[in-house]
Amino acid sequence: MTGSADDSDRGTSRGVDGALRRALDTDALLDDPGTRIVVCCGSGGVGKTTTAAALGLRAAERGRRAVVITVDPARRLAQSMGLESLDNTPRPVPLPDGARGSMHAMMLDMKRTFDEVVREHADPERARQILANPFYQTLSTSFSGTQEYMAMEKLGQLRQSGEWDLIVVDTPPSRSALDFLDAPKRLGRFLDGRLIRFLSTPASTGAFRLLGAGFNLMTSAIGKIVGAQFLDDLRSFVSAFDTVFGGFQERAERTYRLLRAPGTAFVVVAVPDTDAMREASFFVERLATDAMPLAGLVVNRAHPLPDGAASGLSRDLALSAADALDRAGDRPLAAAALRLHAERVRTRERETLLRDRMLSGHPRVRVTEVAALPEDVHDLDGLRRIGAALADAGQGRTAE
Amino acid sequence: MSEREHPPPRPGQACAGARLHIVTGKGGTGKTTVAAALATALAADGARVLLVEVEGRQGVATLLDEAPLRYEERELVSVPGGGRVFVLAADAEAALLEYLEMFYGMRRAGQALNRLGAVDFATTIAPGLRDVLLTGKATEAVRRRRGGRGRPSGAPSTGPFHYDAVVMDAPPTGRIAQFLNVNSEVAGLARVGPIRNHADKVMEVIRSAQTRVHFVTVLEEMPAQECRDGVAEMAALGIEVGMVVVNMVRSPLLGEADLAAAVDGGPDVEDLAAGLKAAGLADAGPLAEDLAEEVRAHALRVALERRVRARLSDLGHPLVELPLVEGGVGRAALDGLARHLTSQGVSR
Repeated sequence: MTGSADDSDRGTSRGVDGALRRALDTDALLDDPGTRIVVCCGSGGVGKTTTAAALGLRAAERGRRAVVITVDPARRLAQSMGLESLDNTPRPVPLPDGARGSMHAMMLDMKRTFDEVVREHADPERARQILANPFYQTLSTSFSGTQEYMAMEKLGQLRQSGEWDLIVVDTPPSRSALDFLDAPKRLGRFLDGRLIRFLSTPASTGAFRLLGAGFNLMTSAIGKIVGAQFLDDLRSFVSAFDTVFGGFQERAERTYRLLRAPGTAFVVVAVPDTDAMREASFFVERLATDAMPLAGLVVNRAHPLPDGAASGLSRDLALSAADALDRAGDRPLAAAALRLHAERVRTRERETLLRDRMLSGHPRVRVTEVAALPEDVHDLDGLRRIGAALADAGQGRTAE
Repeated sequence: MSEREHPPPRPGQACAGARLHIVTGKGGTGKTTVAAALATALAADGARVLLVEVEGRQGVATLLDEAPLRYEERELVSVPGGGRVFVLAADAEAALLEYLEMFYGMRRAGQALNRLGAVDFATTIAPGLRDVLLTGKATEAVRRRRGGRGRPSGAPSTGPFHYDAVVMDAPPTGRIAQFLNVNSEVAGLARVGPIRNHADKVMEVIRSAQTRVHFVTVLEEMPAQECRDGVAEMAALGIEVGMVVVNMVRSPLLGEADLAAAVDGGPDVEDLAAGLKAAGLADAGPLAEDLAEEVRAHALRVALERRVRARLSDLGHPLVELPLVEGGVGRAALDGLARHLTSQGVSR
């Protein structure tokens, strides 16, 4: 994969502290037929969905058969792609004539995905029992982790179908970017764990005795808190689900392994603020720990200075010139333009500092950025511009 | 502070009479900063205010440059006039153990449940339990009287409240309706029983006139859209919305005429070049071309911000504005932001 080629010097540049920074060349990543899955992750509000859609569109227009999975219930991806609604099935996104590839987009419906898995793994009678069970209904609609679990499942399905040669995944909005990796395992552990066995075992059997003296306390606590009906529902769920679970868990693990395989690339998305950069650092560290392939970091909503004469005009010089004009009092437009420029230079300095601080801890991470747009993206053209900006910055075609 | 084209309806009423202030906003809009500034503003007249953080991000500690906070109500800010702000980093696991002990005297059972994985389940996996524990902790602080700790037996039911106001740095707008709609959230797990009763009690406080949900946004389309969606969701749940805080407002650097000109066809480059030359800058011509582009982008942004602000004020809730703080918010900036809130009429 190109994303991991360490010897390329293309697009490297120096940050303010002089450290050599490496560029994330998104076109090389998307053009590489070896790239099969791109996972966009990061904290909430950083533009993950938009980045995923822009990468999917860019890939499609450069010849890939791309599908974008979004898990975001706000349906923002749908809006930006001009689709009225997305459902659990990939829908074609109409591309202009001349596009070399194709693009599909879908929004994850976790309940429907879960139901499909149950139907696939259980005989019709058992499936009917599970689907009607109140505990299952809660599990499949509102357990924390189900969304991440089902996103993995869907990713596995699409990968297996072979209909697409590139899958771009937008991760669920959660408290932490790490949830995408951790939540499925946590839920799997619960479904397969001691607690659910304990709760679903009738009181007369051996499991209770094994727990020893604390058991009276516990049964009384649980009984008081959740009530008997819940325990009944849980018991019938466990007895029906047991036969399904093994196959299900195995699939989830297979998909998790897919995330480590060559062909998968993680793109960490952030914006130039302290919180988002810190979250991005956590995620980068975690990917390294888990030996998962990081393609690079996308910094959205950056404020690069344009090339040209103004790029050499420092903040101090701009401000002192503006002060001089203010004293003369007859050039308000030029004075305002100079103050505006000084503000931009300061914003840029702060962004560069934040980014370089993060990268000094992770010197091998490749970066690209997208300038903040005057207006939000709501159509394919907007996405296309973002895709182009990502590629350009990654190939060193902007200032700095 | 920029001028306001659509004067909002009386910001003072957004908070008056409320004791639980729930602050939400899209990620990145500065919700933690606004929650801390609001807590400081509400403490202005010598009040005791509790700021509760529920997302486990230690955002308040970072903001105040403190070491990560533990599960305890700790006084962290003193406000001129004798006001005090306490901060609690609420954590679902500690809240669960406290709840079991407070209501059932079951600390040991809690420890046993922990070994079994039940606490992990209740606080990270089960829908709504985590949320009801956290909102429950905040509403307990709202109801608490001086001299009692909310324990149903033994707590005085009259007398002054322990806190004059509680401010919650709540989950982001995308999850706020689910977070606050606790009794429907736990319904899947507990139709009857103590959890359900607890959830009902929490919901009663959240739906009462003493609770307001404040939305934080910036003047960009998506956060503002989420804010409008969130306001509609609160209406559907019967939860009262307080104010809309427009955060990180930049003051316009250009006059109206220049803004208008910059939007249609760009600013007057010759005028700009002459000005730059007058200021003694080299390369005035090419520099003017570049700066004209910056001015045009700025003017477009200002125009967009005005459209966004107009649509926000159409919501009919008071708009309160806070300026962008350059270089990040710390304790000093927090006082400044609190004063901005006070000067716009925010008080208890």
